[in-house]
Amino acid sequence: MNRIDKLFQTKSGRILSVYFTAGYPEINSTIPIIRALSDNGADMIEIGVPFSDPVADGPVIQHSSSAALKNGISLKKLLNRLKDIREITDVPLLMMSYLNPVLHYGMEKFCRDIHETGIDGTIIPDMPLEIYTKNYKHIFRGYGIKNIFLVTPQTAEERIRFIDVEGEGFLYVVSSQSTTGTKQVFPKKQMDYFKHLKDMQLKNRLLAGFGISNRVTFNQACRYLDGAIVGSAFIKVLENAPDIHTATHVFIRDLTGRS
Amino acid sequence: MNAITVDKEGFYGEFGGAYIPEMLYPNIRELQDNYLGILESPTFRHELQSLLKDYAGRPTPLYFAERLSEYYKTNIYLKREDLTHTGAHKINNALGQILLARQLGKKRIIAETGAGQHGVATATVCARMGMECTVYMGALDVVRQRPNVERMKLLGASVIPVEQGNHTLKDAVNEALRDWISHPEDTYYLIGSVVGPHPYPDLVARLQSVISEELQWQLREKTGRDAPDTIIACVGGGSNAAGIFYHYLNRPEVRLIAVEAGGKGIDTKETAATIALGQTGILHGSKTYVMQDDDGQITEPYSISAGLDYPGIGPLLSHLFRQHRAEFYAMNDDEALEAAHFLARQEGIIPALESAHALALLNKINFPEDHQVVINLSGRGDKDLEVILRNKGITE
Ligand SMILES: Cc1ncc(COP(=O)(O)O)c(C=O)c1O
Repeated sequence: MNRIDKLFQTKSGRILSVYFTAGYPEINSTIPIIRALSDNGADMIEIGVPFSDPVADGPVIQHSSSAALKNGISLKKLLNRLKDIREITDVPLLMMSYLNPVLHYGMEKFCRDIHETGIDGTIIPDMPLEIYTKNYKHIFRGYGIKNIFLVTPQTAEERIRFIDVEGEGFLYVVSSQSTTGTKQVFPKKQMDYFKHLKDMQLKNRLLAGFGISNRVTFNQACRYLDGAIVGSAFIKVLENAPDIHTATHVFIRDLTGRS
Repeated sequence: MNAITVDKEGFYGEFGGAYIPEMLYPNIRELQDNYLGILESPTFRHELQSLLKDYAGRPTPLYFAERLSEYYKTNIYLKREDLTHTGAHKINNALGQILLARQLGKKRIIAETGAGQHGVATATVCARMGMECTVYMGALDVVRQRPNVERMKLLGASVIPVEQGNHTLKDAVNEALRDWISHPEDTYYLIGSVVGPHPYPDLVARLQSVISEELQWQLREKTGRDAPDTIIACVGGGSNAAGIFYHYLNRPEVRLIAVEAGGKGIDTKETAATIALGQTGILHGSKTYVMQDDDGQITEPYSISAGLDYPGIGPLLSHLFRQHRAEFYAMNDDEALEAAHFLARQEGIIPALESAHALALLNKINFPEDHQVVINLSGRGDKDLEVILRNKGITE
């Protein structure tokens, strides 16, 4: 069974997924970061493939992406480094990339290679549902890769239902109208939106992302949804961390209140 | 009837579409569902026509360049988009889109700009309509097109210098898209070229098609025929080319030539010749030719001309290339500078450096003596004076 589905079968609530940019802060950081996240209780890990023009990302991930590219990482090199990753962890792994590097690599080859590497799902923000369904769905299905779709506060109810029908793995709930980044607290508007999604009784599990940065926002997301995705806040921690393992431990402890 | 059009999903053959993150779906969908209805409504058409005439100064002259024709031994006509209000073809598009934005009930306008011509056009129409205006501009372009930055400010726009990437047009588009993601409700993104997700390429091409619409009757008046033998236009994103090609797309007897910015040469890394060096990819919401490296990262372009300094090209132009309907050439910085200088001395017209790339092609291709060649003089060169003068050593 796909590890994402298995996770949601065995655990309900307060699921923590953590995003980081591959090749940042150092080109060799990727494996130590995955190990640290896995050891410290991250339920799911999103490996970001850096892109030169990340339009859905705020300043923190823009910076980590361009630094990672300067460090010389690429999709090819990343997959090579991840070759033995399943000997290190059993945590569900997602790969997040913009569409151009993936198309350049070749969609069929991409799905085959990430499947062989042990990646369970993908997030490709600029690949709309319609284009996925028409051109690529059969390839993803063929390799058992779950492609995760986004819903936003702007998404009409009818479209949320449509995405829920087509979507697999979970739905990525973009918390607010913004690019990726960090927020200290969500206002009532966001809470109403989370609650509304919960009340819709969708078939997919719901993880909130964009803006989750601390225990307050994590708890707010978990109040109505199945968990949350943290990216920018973790990358900021990595930026100044003398030791990845300790920094990750402290970060997850402070965020979730788990000890 | 036009056979070269977009299909329902916004594709010209293989190119185009709307590769957008879900955050932009409602805005793009709203535009897709409404743009044709609004563009074709009698009130919109009437208002746009009267603004184009009385405000922007259309029709722009079709000028027979006598001394240029003598020199190059053919018949050269210049379509004088440089004589529009604000000094480039960009105003045609800006006027159309601001009316559309108002019709959609938007309050705030954002735009990207390279040369600053689209930024000035947008700031101008925003002032005219009393709408708030924010223009993203690469920090390098802010420096090299300073006169336009000052014009925008005087017109009441806020100009935000963008310091990512190469600090040029591509980076300005990225920031404008991020702004739109963060302000989905009240904001309209007024794109400056035939790029971006569907329906922008078609929308902007339609609004620029006024250029070839006029060209037809102007040529008939001057030559008795409504079509020239050849049309030449420079290409950044491709809007002035799309506009002057538009009504001739299905007339194969008209030779269409698009000129890209070669920068320091297409055999160097410092170039913006997308068709010459690019491959199919996705940039700014559309599938098209894109300059990219072996890993699918977009490469940083270079041209002396800020308006052509872009690593992509509109999907319509990719399609015209793929279909062999248009020919593509690349002209380098020095060739454009020389052509700008030459036009100034021969005809008393200072062209924008963008347009000078189209003029430069005359030194590369010989046209038959009895041919009618139309060059789109997409803009005037006031903004480039400093750059042209500084490089004058090359041209004399
Ligand atoms: C005068 C002029 N010509 C041409 C261009 C290039 O744009 P496009 O290819 O969309 O016409 C610009 C862009 O800034 C411009 O200012």
